[in-house]
Amino acid sequence: MELKATETAVPKAMEWRHRKSTKPKSERIIEFIIKAGGLSSIVLIIAILIFILKESAPFLIKRFDFSEFFLSTEWNPASVVEIKYGILALLVGTLLVTIISMLIAVPLGLACAFYISEFCSPQLREVYKILIEFLAAIPSVVWGFIAIMMINPLIIHTFDVPIGLNILNASIILALMSLPLIVSVGEDALRAVPETYREAAEGMGATKWEVATRVLLPAAKNGLMAAALLGVGRALGETMAVLMATGHSIQIPESIFEPGRTLTATIAAELGESPKGGEHYQALFAIGLVLFVLSFIVNLSADYLIRGRKK
Amino acid sequence: MRSAFYLIFILMSCSRQSDVLIIQNKGSDTLVNLAQAWAEEYKNVKPKVAIAVSGGGSGTGIAALINGTVDIANSSRAMKEEEREEALKNNGKTVREFVVGMDALAVFVHPKNPLSGLSLEEIACIYGMGGECTHWNQIRGTVVPGCQGNKIIRVSRQSNSGTYQYFREAVLGKKRDLKLGSMDLNGSRESIDLVEKTPCAIGYSGMGYISKHVKAFCIQNTKDSECIPPTLKTAVDKSYPISRELYMYTSGEPSEEVKAYMEWTQSEEAQKITIKAGYVPAAKR
Repeated sequence: MELKATETAVPKAMEWRHRKSTKPKSERIIEFIIKAGGLSSIVLIIAILIFILKESAPFLIKRFDFSEFFLSTEWNPASVVEIKYGILALLVGTLLVTIISMLIAVPLGLACAFYISEFCSPQLREVYKILIEFLAAIPSVVWGFIAIMMINPLIIHTFDVPIGLNILNASIILALMSLPLIVSVGEDALRAVPETYREAAEGMGATKWEVATRVLLPAAKNGLMAAALLGVGRALGETMAVLMATGHSIQIPESIFEPGRTLTATIAAELGESPKGGEHYQALFAIGLVLFVLSFIVNLSADYLIRGRKK
Repeated sequence: MRSAFYLIFILMSCSRQSDVLIIQNKGSDTLVNLAQAWAEEYKNVKPKVAIAVSGGGSGTGIAALINGTVDIANSSRAMKEEEREEALKNNGKTVREFVVGMDALAVFVHPKNPLSGLSLEEIACIYGMGGECTHWNQIRGTVVPGCQGNKIIRVSRQSNSGTYQYFREAVLGKKRDLKLGSMDLNGSRESIDLVEKTPCAIGYSGMGYISKHVKAFCIQNTKDSECIPPTLKTAVDKSYPISRELYMYTSGEPSEEVKAYMEWTQSEEAQKITIKAGYVPAAKR
């Protein structure tokens, strides 16, 4: 949908360019501001990358050992015996929590988007939208508190396990945190499907369910996928809530009922108290670099997926 | 970081009013929070005196005192005899010691846990690297009701917390690490909240944080010795095994303003801040 819009916008912009002299000054100023805004995001990303590289460089050059960093589960920067920087357990924790939270949030979020957009009455729709957007306004520390005080005992009693702060808990919290994003972006994608599609399908005798699954789902596919991937980004980057909900424990979880630890939470917990410029500080920036690459891969594959489908 | 801001603040304020007296205070990272809290409160008591607090470790503070670059050195250990002699040689003055507070760590569990105390050896078995205690029944055959699998859930702190480092040193000595795989929470408050809701859990924190909803253990130095509960009294008389004194040192008899400050730190007002900051107040000397 969005691509089509830009395609039609391109010739118009070209026309403007040819008639540059006739363009009023105020318009040119606004154009410049918009262009600067667009450029600033690129500059910002590059600046962040340079900053992370600069801070982690001494570690990467002097201390970095590929097999220790990526294949060891021992992250022990304050050891009195042997200091180790192994992020395998943290990497596994991040991936597990992200994947499981998306298994919960994507079906739930998209189903919710379908319901709000297609099946419920207009009055109810407004109520639901406000309620769901309210979920997005809850600060992540509060989610962490909910994880410890409410979901932790609930998991202990329901599943009869020794500890309720675990991968499952963090996945539930993250799913709840990314739901509002998935629902509102997904709902927008469904709303963007022209009314004529629905009318045509209903005119041919399709039921509401058939309209939703056979017409709207293919038509809004890209938008829905974007909604899901935005959710993944949200889940990958969350810090405080997962710090509290995962249990922040350095080990590879053997089941979803075992505690784990994520990359982001490790940075959040340790950066503030590690001396600036020290080895530990630099190692934390190396983790930041790993996260940067991870989110870059997610975005790139999202882009590829959506474009691939288009062709 | 905070001390840096504080220093900048002081530098800024002294450019405005040059009649402010600055007392240099440096040393122990364990004490730095308390020293800062005091310094901030002291601004209200004596606006003309500013205390510049910085950390760096007990050793740094003591070295600075020997070199004569600070007025007060903070230390979480007693000064060694050699250090005292060196200070006397360098400055021609005998070092004066002030005990400004105590640091006591409580070990606590869920109220349902039937145990009431542990020995240091048992704590080391639970928390120490290579320690084999992973289930409650390995400790005096304990069965914790409501705890599935009787598994011990270790609640610890992030590795650069002062509480973590003191706990490690007190329980395991200077040459042994804590076992990985504990729940490394980001604050004493969170540790208490988690243990309160988890029957299998065991945690530790400064005594000041303990609430009614968790059970604080009494601690035995060895298997056969008396089990000492963590109270203000046992921390002050040093019978509680995981407690230590926190010191401030001055070179010789302190100057008038430094002396006034040291006396103020012993006052009821300052000791209230001590408790609020999670430390144990010092007994009056």
